[in-house]
Order: sequence, then structure tokens, then C-alpha cells
Amino acid sequence: MTLKSVHSPILQVEDLCTTFGSGIATIPAVRDVSFSVNKGEILGLVGESGSGKSVTLRSLLGLSRRYGETTGSVYWKGDNLVVRSEADMRRIRGGEIAMIFQEPMTSLNPLLTVGMQIDETLKAHTAMNASERKARAVEMLDLVGIPAARSRLGEYPHQFSGGMRQRVMIAIALAARPQLLLADEPTTALDVTIQAQILDLILSLAKDFDMGVVLVTHDLGVVAQTCDQVAVMYAGRIVEQGAVRQVLRAPQHPYTVGLMRSVPENVPPRTPLYSIPGTPPSLLSLPEGCAFSARCPQKTVLCEQSRPHLTNETGERAVACFSRVETQGDAVA
Amino acid sequence: MTDLSLSSEIKPSRRPSRMQIALRKPGFMAGAAIIGASTVLALFPNVFAPHDPNFIDYLAVRQPPSWQHPFGTDLLGRDSLSRVIWAYSINMQMAVLATVFALTIGVIIGALVGYYRGIADMIFGRVVDAIITFPFLVLVIAVVAVLGPGLINMYIAITLVGWVYYARLMRAEVISQMTNDYASAGIVMGYSDLRIIFRHLLPNALTPIIVYWMTDMALAILLGSSLGYLGLGAQPPQAEWGVLIAEGRNFITTAWWLSLMPGIAIVLTGLGFSLIGDGLADLLRPRG
Amino acid sequence: MTEAVLEIKDVNLAFKGKRTVLDVLSNRPSRDVHALNGVSLDLRRGETLGVVGESGCGKSTLARCIVRLYEPNDGEILFQGKDVFEASERKDRSYNRRVQMMFQDPYSSLNPRMTTRQILSEALKVHDMCKEVDIPEKMSGLMDLVQLPEDALDKYPHEFSGGQRQRIGIARALAVEPEVLIADELVSALDVSVQAQIVNLLLDLQERLQLTILFVAHDLRLVRHVSNRVAVIYLGRIVEIGDSETLFANPSHPYSQALLSAAPSLDPDDKGKKIHLEGELPSPLDIPPGCPFHVRCRHKTPKCTTELPRLRPLDGRGSVACHHAEEIENV
Ligand SMILES: Nc1ncnc2c1ncn2[C@@H]1O[C@H](COP(=O)(O)OP(=O)(O)OP(=O)(O)O)[C@@H](O)[C@H]1O
Ligand SMILES: Nc1ncnc2c1ncn2[C@@H]1O[C@H](COP(=O)(O)OP(=O)(O)O)[C@@H](O)[C@H]1O
Ligand code: SF4
Ligand code: SF4
Ligand SMILES: [Mg+2]
Ligand SMILES: [Mg+2]
Repeated sequence: MTLKSVHSPILQVEDLCTTFGSGIATIPAVRDVSFSVNKGEILGLVGESGSGKSVTLRSLLGLSRRYGETTGSVYWKGDNLVVRSEADMRRIRGGEIAMIFQEPMTSLNPLLTVGMQIDETLKAHTAMNASERKARAVEMLDLVGIPAARSRLGEYPHQFSGGMRQRVMIAIALAARPQLLLADEPTTALDVTIQAQILDLILSLAKDFDMGVVLVTHDLGVVAQTCDQVAVMYAGRIVEQGAVRQVLRAPQHPYTVGLMRSVPENVPPRTPLYSIPGTPPSLLSLPEGCAFSARCPQKTVLCEQSRPHLTNETGERAVACFSRVETQGDAVA
Repeated sequence: MTDLSLSSEIKPSRRPSRMQIALRKPGFMAGAAIIGASTVLALFPNVFAPHDPNFIDYLAVRQPPSWQHPFGTDLLGRDSLSRVIWAYSINMQMAVLATVFALTIGVIIGALVGYYRGIADMIFGRVVDAIITFPFLVLVIAVVAVLGPGLINMYIAITLVGWVYYARLMRAEVISQMTNDYASAGIVMGYSDLRIIFRHLLPNALTPIIVYWMTDMALAILLGSSLGYLGLGAQPPQAEWGVLIAEGRNFITTAWWLSLMPGIAIVLTGLGFSLIGDGLADLLRPRG
Repeated sequence: MTEAVLEIKDVNLAFKGKRTVLDVLSNRPSRDVHALNGVSLDLRRGETLGVVGESGCGKSTLARCIVRLYEPNDGEILFQGKDVFEASERKDRSYNRRVQMMFQDPYSSLNPRMTTRQILSEALKVHDMCKEVDIPEKMSGLMDLVQLPEDALDKYPHEFSGGQRQRIGIARALAVEPEVLIADELVSALDVSVQAQIVNLLLDLQERLQLTILFVAHDLRLVRHVSNRVAVIYLGRIVEIGDSETLFANPSHPYSQALLSAAPSLDPDDKGKKIHLEGELPSPLDIPPGCPFHVRCRHKTPKCTTELPRLRPLDGRGSVACHHAEEIENV
């Protein structure tokens, strides 16, 4: 069960920073984010609302350029995407790298049939002829589990339910056989039963097509059930990163510990839940030291003066904290 | 378990105040300046008009613009500038009086039918359909024709037709505000219908109405002066832009200033109201 | 057994579909959304009753019926023995004081043009909760209760975070000293750590003020945590209702079993026992005959396709609406 692909990474992100705004009010939405994704591997990106998950994902594809500035490097098969032109990026988007957005209802074009929308992607990114494209479209809808695929190609998005629309989104995203899928909360708007179906689908596609996946979510349960690797974000930075089993079993960053403990699992019913005190700092006025220091139970004087770097002491796990939490398996009793 | 850090949790309101936003909008500021100046002229024409607008001087008829008469004189030798300035009183009064009653009636009816729907709404729909199938001007002229010409009758006519447009807008806005849970919350809290309509829904539904009101005031001036021009609104010798234009129309080639100057006044105030309307759409939006 | 504060009896509600002239001419059946189909339940004094189910199954509709935002087509809702939809009761606004609702969306449930102070004082004044002079004191008491600083009173909703807005919504509901709180997805729009704060607040308030709570949510972990009893709804029907711990540990209805097993566990190795539901929730426009769950049920028999199973008590468990509840093993 614990097979982990030992391929070399297809995506390697180094020191990615994205800043919005200008002048006095610059918003450092993403800071020094580094990670890599191997073929067939699923990386989970978790954190509270506003922690920079979506911006990170958008920055990978150069979608943040319009509103802000992105620096650092995103190596896609050895090629730095950050410096590539908009025209190059358009070719890569939807082709080699596909993306699914947070809002399933608004990201389909209501005026085009589902078949036309799949066809559009295929036309842009493959050399297939019309009949091949049609066959692929049917195959994709079939694959994502939409019954009677052939007859539903001619239907419009509003004729599908929420869960089916999200599956249509996935079918479109995967039609051109991308090697990397960026999925921003693909199941947040869905019910647990449909969520389970979609996650299973993503999981099996990753394994079958050797596709890398970056999955943004705020549900640690989703991470536990789907991802191989996980990166926890706080105020624009990754604070803990490692293999899912290790991070969830024995979180070492106080923020990860807090997140895990807030989930009402294995807590006696109707007892107070743990909650991280306070709220995340405003990105406009981040403290000088550790961004988590105002809420951290482990805080020391050092934490307020300087910022801990993401260190990789054990090789398996990186944590940005001066005093890692060492109690093993405490959060998941 | 209670966390005390909550007081620090409240976001400081770093946003610019409405005043600061307004100052950053050149269009809005220009509109406000025009309308501000127009209002001052309308309130104190005696202070700004260089001459008595009704002083007849048969020795100085149809004089072209000069230092003494910057807009020239009319066919009775009255100072055109003074007449245009005095007309501000009557034309700005039109902008307000031809619209406020329509606005008040429309807002109340629109809010009520939007909130209660049902049969009242169906009847309202028919009335609206019936009224808007005719062009606005045609209907107003028809009503004036029945009531007889004159300013008061003109206001009555415009109100009778104009409230429909406000009511229609208000109804749509109230219906869309009703989808917000604060309206349901009012019902659940056991508040009276009138309180929910006028205390909760109305303030939130008013923004598009006020924006439309600005455009409507521009239209009212245009409509009022058209009626004055046609002899159905203000009556000579009252100084009113439409009347002034009508007086000059036969001399358009020889004494062009007679019609041009009031024409410019109409365009300028119209522009002022439209510019304010555009800016208000942003300024009145609740923030968050 | 504790007395029932609210009794919901066989409530049906269908939203009328729009019929175009074309529909009438072509004799198409009207497209009514059958949101509630014979829901019966008791809310007992001092308990928290959780309500779970997939989206569109009628949870919010039920909640809104209880506070009279919607009127059922059929059936009755009794509050302390009186039908709340009867004409004489409808005029009585005190029902709306004693049974309060809190809303899902922290952004739309507060009037954006009113400060917290205006919101709270309005509630206090309309229901004459206290003397005019005592209002400020009462308000600061409320702010304390929901753990907001007093300077929050003069701020507008847009100046608060989602969690803080929900606290204001709770304060507004508590201002009128209700006996029953209907919480429709109260914390669904919030981050986990904020969720935890609000849930703690709710549990604490319930204990202090002896509130009865109907807790509607789709997060099963949360419902399990706060509820004494739980009702599982499927297509506008209660398919299972019973003691929270028993139901979560040992769901009896095939749908409850599938629903509970779909919730992703925090343990990466706990993957095995998911029950996959085939297909999607059928449309409430045309609900399948017989057991409404039969199109997705692994245990269906011919009887299931024709005969509607009634909710019936099972030994040692709650009540279940399934013909074969006894034979079906817990997975
Ligand atoms: N176009 C933009 N201009 C300015 N700031 C932005 C923009 N887009 C995002 N931000 C800011 O960047 C930060 C990170 O936002 P992001 O959308 O990545 O959050 P997230 O982690 O995806 O949250 P959620 O869980 O709510 O989706 C936030 O503070 C947000 O307000
Ligand atoms: N005002 C309404 N008009 C028409 N249909 C509605 C309305 N409110 C809810 N519905 C429909 O009723 C069904 C139940 O909805 P709801 O109670 O909101 O579900 P949930 O369990 O997600 O809260 C859904 O099919 C929904 O689309
Ligand atoms: S560095 Fe200090 S403040 Fe930051 S998480 Fe670690 S212990 Fe807490
Ligand atoms: S009655 Fe039949 S179809 Fe319905 S849940 Fe029970 S076994 Fe399944
Ligand atoms: Mg996001
Ligand atoms: Mg709902």
C-alpha cells in the first residue's frame, strides 16, 4: 500500500513569491514556497482561508501575473515557467498542465455544450481530427463516471447537477492527457458521497496515467485519504512539509498540531474542542518574527525576533519552527 | 476555553472614507461642481444676474454678446445672461419637483409589491406594461393636454407617468435583497413587515434608485424645457430655458446667442447630473 | 423521557415549479420540487438534535418551516402543543421570539447598513426585552456571552471576520431569550479552528441557558460531536433517527451507512471500508416510487421498488425506514 514512486520530479518549485498591489500596500500573498511533485504523486496543500493556497496554484501557471508579481522559479520538465512568455504559457495551460478551479458552477461556459467545451480543449492542445476528438470526449465523460456519455455530449452545463458539473470540469481538464493536474478545492462544494467519488477518480487517474497532482484543500481528512505528500501553509509560507503519514501522525509544527486538534475526531462528544486562539495575522502587517507567534502555545522570545526557516533536518520532513513539537502521535490519538 | 485575543481580531478599518473615495473621482467631482454651482445660481439668481431679467429696453434689441451683455440681448432688449441665470431657478426646480414625487410614490409602491408579491404584484405588472408601451414624452403630453398647460400640471403629468419607472426598479431591487438572509432574519426575529421593508430592505435597495434619480433629474430638465419650448410647460414671460430657446428659434441665423446660451445651460446641468450619478453608484455601495 | 418542545408531524412541502404555456399545452406534468415528504420528529427540551443529509435533501427547508419562513403544504408543527401555522398563532410574534434561527452565510445574514449596536437594540426593543435604560447593559452582557469585545458594538458587519459575524448572529438570536435555536449550517462557511470556537460557544451557551438546538450541518464529524440525537434525511424523508453515538457507531439504514462511511477519516491507513453509492441523489422533481433510496441501494429487493418503508423503531437502535433493516449487517 505504501508504494511511493521514486521518479525524478516533473515539477519543481523554488522560492516562489507572489506579491499583489504596489506602493505602501503590497500584499505578500505567497512567500518562498518550494516543493516538488513526482509523476503519479499527489501533493496536498492545506491551510486556513487566505493562507495563499489558491494564489500559489495560480502562480504556477502564471495566472497571478495580471494582478501581481511572481518571482522564484517553477521548473516544469527542467524549464522555468516563471520567465516564459504569456503565449508559451497558454500552450502549456490546459495541455501539459491542467487546472480545476474552486468554483465548479462558474468555471464552465453556460452557453456551450459540454461536448463543445471538451472539443475546444482538444483542438487547442492536440493534433486529433474531429472524429478522434469526439471519441476522446465520450471516453473522458465515461471515465469520470457520467452515464450515457455519448448522448450527454450535446447538453449544456445547467442540465448537470453540481457533482456532475465538477466531473465535467475534470473531464475537460484531463481530456488532453495532462502530466500535471492542479486542483483547487475540487470537492469543497460537494457532498461527502460525491466527494468520495471524485477523489477516488483523481486518485486512480494519477496512478493510471502517471499524472502528478497538486490538490488544494482545507480538509485534513481529504489529505489523509488522497495525498502522498502534504504541505501546510500559513500566512503565505509553507510551515510544514512531508509525507502524509508522518505529518498527520506526528505533526511537528505547532500550527499543524492546532489544525489537527481542531478537527472533532476522537474527541469525547460534547466536550469543548481545541481551537487555535486568535486569527491569522493580516498580510499587510506581518510580525517581524514567526507569523504564528501571536497564536502559538510554544512561543519563546526568539520567535518574536526572528523568523524560523523551513529546515529539513530529517530529510523526510521540513518544519519552520524553532521548537518543533516532539510528542509523537499526540494529535491523532 | 474563551480566548481573549479576540479584541485584536477586529480588522482595523483601513479603508478610505467615502469622502476620500469621492475626491479620487474626477468625473464625480466635476459633476458635483457643476450641480453645486447650478444650485447656487438657482437659489440666488438676484445675486449673480447682472441685470433685471424682465427689464425691457427697446433701444437695445437683439444685440450680439458684448461686455455689457455677455450673452447679448433678446428681441425685447432684455439681458440674455440674466434671463438664463434666472431660468436656473425654474429649471432646477423642475429637476427636483418633477422627480421627487415620482420617486417617493414609486419607491413605496415598488417596495410593497416587491415584498408582498401575490395579486398586487400581478396588477402592478399589468399597470407597468400598460404605461411603458407608450413613449414617455407622448404620455406626458397627453396628460398635459387633458389638464391644460402650465408648470403645476406638467409636474402632475410627469409624476403620474414617472413613478412607474421608480417602482419597477425598486420592486426588482427589493426582490433581489430578499434573497439575503438578513431579510429572513428579520422575519424570524418577529419584526413587523413595515419594519423589515422600510428599515432593512429599503436602505439597501435605494442605491440604484438614487443613481437613476440623478439621470432622471437630467431628463426632467430636458423634458421640462421641451414642454416649455412647445408651450405646454412654463409660460412666457417666465425665464425658462425651453421658453428662451423657443423665443430665439426664429432668429437662429441672425441672433444665434438667444437659443445657444440656454441650450448650453441645459447640456451642462444634464452632464452634471449624469456625472454625479455615475460616481454615486460606487460611493453608496455598502462596504465589505 | 424529556418532553417535546416542538413536534413536527408529517410535514410535506413542495415548491411549485414554473409552468409555461407550452407545458400546459403539451400536458407536461408540473415540475414541483418535493422538498419535504412526510417529515415527523420531536425536538426534546434541552437536547441537540443533529440533522444530516446530502445537499438538496431538505435540511434547510425543514429549518425554515420551523421558523415559519416557509409554510408546509401539509402536516403540522406544534410548539408546546399549539399549531404554529394556525391563524391565531400566526399573529403571535412571540413564537418568533421563542424559536430563533441562525443562518449559514455570515455575509448576507446581517444588514450591511446597521452597526452591531443597532442590530441588537432593534431586537431588544421590538420584543420589549428590557427597559430602555437597561439596553446598554444588556448589550454588553450579550457581547460578553458571545465573546466579542465591546468596541465591536459600533462597527459595521463588513469590519468583521466570518467567525465574528456568526457571533453577532448568535448574539442577535440570544438577545430575545429564545428557548429553541435552529442552527442551519452555522459553521459551514468557517475554517476549522474558527468552527471549533463557535461550536464551543454554542455548547457552552446551551448549558448555561438551557437551550434546545436543532443543528443542521453536512459535516458529519461536527454533528456527531455536538448532537445528542441525529436524524438522517434523504430526499425530504427521515430515513433514520436515533441516539447520536449509536447511530454513528452503528448506522442501520443502508443510506446512513454509505453516508457515514464516505466521510474521510484523518487516519491515512483507514481507507478500506468505504461504501460506494452508485449514481447521484435523484432529483426531488421526481422521486422514485417505493423506497426512494432503492435506485442506489445495494440491498434492494423487489419489495423496495414498490412499497414505501415507514420509519419504525428497532430494538436497541433508533428508528429506521428500511424494509430490511434487521437483515442488513453493519459494515
Ligand atoms: N487579485 C488579488 N489581489 C490582491 N490580493 C489577493 C488577490 N488574490 C488573492 N489575494 C490575497 O492573497 C491571500 C491568499 O489568497 P488565496 O486565495 O490564495 O487563499 P486560499 O488559501 O486559497 O484561501 P481559501 O481557503 O479561502 O480559498 C489572501 O490574503 C487574499 O486576500
Ligand atoms: N425557495 C425555493 N424555491 C424552489 N425550490 C427550493 C427553494 N428552496 C429550496 N428548494 C429546493 O428544495 C430542495 C431542498 O432544499 P434545501 O432544504 O435547501 O436542501 P439542504 O438539505 O441542502 O438544506 C432542493 O431541491 C432545493 O433546490
Ligand atoms: S517558531 Fe516559535 S512561534 Fe513560530 S511556531 Fe515555532 S514555536 Fe511557535
Ligand atoms: S427499503 Fe430496500 S431499497 Fe430501501 S434502503 Fe432498505 S433495502 Fe435499500
Ligand atoms: Mg482558495
Ligand atoms: Mg442548506
